Amino acid sequence: MVNTLFYFIVFPGFLFTALVGLLVSWIDRKVTARVQWRVGPPILQPVYDFVKLLGKETIVPQGGSRSTFLFAPLFGLAAVTAVSTLLWLVMFSPEKTFLGDLIVVIYLLTIPSISLILGGFASANPLASLGASREMKMILAYELPFILAIFTPVIQAHGLIRLGDLLQYQWANSIFLSSWSGFIAFVVAIICMQAKLALVPFDIPEAETEIIAGPYIEYSGAPLALYKLTRWMMLFVVPMFLVVMFMGGIIFRGWHILWGILKYVLLLVIIILMRNTNPRLRIDQAIKFFWGPMTILAVIGIILAFLGI
Amino acid sequence: MDFKTKALTKSIWVFHFASASCNNCDIEILDALTPKFDLERFGILLVGSIRHADVMLVTGAVSHKGAVRLKRIYEQAPKPCLVIAVGCCACSMCIFRDSYNMSGPVDRLIPVHAYIPGCPPKPEAMIMGVVKLVKALKKG
Repeated sequence: MVNTLFYFIVFPGFLFTALVGLLVSWIDRKVTARVQWRVGPPILQPVYDFVKLLGKETIVPQGGSRSTFLFAPLFGLAAVTAVSTLLWLVMFSPEKTFLGDLIVVIYLLTIPSISLILGGFASANPLASLGASREMKMILAYELPFILAIFTPVIQAHGLIRLGDLLQYQWANSIFLSSWSGFIAFVVAIICMQAKLALVPFDIPEAETEIIAGPYIEYSGAPLALYKLTRWMMLFVVPMFLVVMFMGGIIFRGWHILWGILKYVLLLVIIILMRNTNPRLRIDQAIKFFWGPMTILAVIGIILAFLGI
Repeated sequence: MDFKTKALTKSIWVFHFASASCNNCDIEILDALTPKFDLERFGILLVGSIRHADVMLVTGAVSHKGAVRLKRIYEQAPKPCLVIAVGCCACSMCIFRDSYNMSGPVDRLIPVHAYIPGCPPKPEAMIMGVVKLVKALKKG
């Protein structure tokens, strides 16, 4: 019991993920600044942002549902903490995996978006409702190719569905990325991950110039701080999930630790570069994109996986 | 200085309210937020929603319609929220002193914590205004 609490709250759960999430969000802002030929914020900037938000007044809009408005950020935070704990525990000791943990991770990763939708609709603001409805459409759009891409490694591993078994399969044979089906699925998963993290070109729910912060518009103070923290933790957790599924996770022996961190940094760099070089899509363009080319690509990946390529 | 105030001075999110200005001050505020002056170094970000803002930049001599909305927006900002009047018109109505359609300078409607005169003030002047405000915050 004490062990579980320690894993969930300190390492590799809330404290560890939150601190690394703060660091990763700073890396994102710093690299963005460098790409734009400027200096960028100091390393403690996310900490200052978070503490400042905690010290501000929390205003609950009239007409909205008060308890939903205040409790919505907590669901997303709890879900992303649970995913991070699960992933890192499985990476440390793959025999601790249980049947269905892959499905649990996929479900838990949708909860931060759902908590944002809840919060947006509880805000009693038409712009927030618009942003929340766009987030719903985005989830419909990207979840299909994402799940198809995530199940390609399962097919390639001849039906192994537990995360620990997938990791050990990759350590015994080659990583899933080295096959054609794995590569195609990886590309699809990266683009779906960009939509899951709500980053440009898919930051449609929070389109600043259009709907002024979307679902976040009425949030202030501590609930906003929790939403921001959830976003930063997702920036750490979702690429880590992709590293586990496609690149064999992090092996905790000697030089392999550095190699594993570099795998994560590669994904982070791809995310940041995509974020800085693209304009934003419209919601109908995004849906057509995910249900059209991305799904076809994911299906090709699955066919190739069945053929064993 | 406790950590809460230090965090407030190091992470300033700015909301821009333009009321009946000729837009020159607004253009200069936009210039100050471009990569040339790089205000993100100081933690200054432009936010779209007043509920996320720590500092409200008001430009323009405030019209009658704008006055109603200015007061409402100020009440919607979560405290502590500071107000900076940017440009001569916001500070003292300047040449529009005796006009019939203006509701007076900003400090007649909401409390103002810093004044940045100029028509329009250069981005460097705005940065100096923000620095003076931050120093005054640190002192108490």
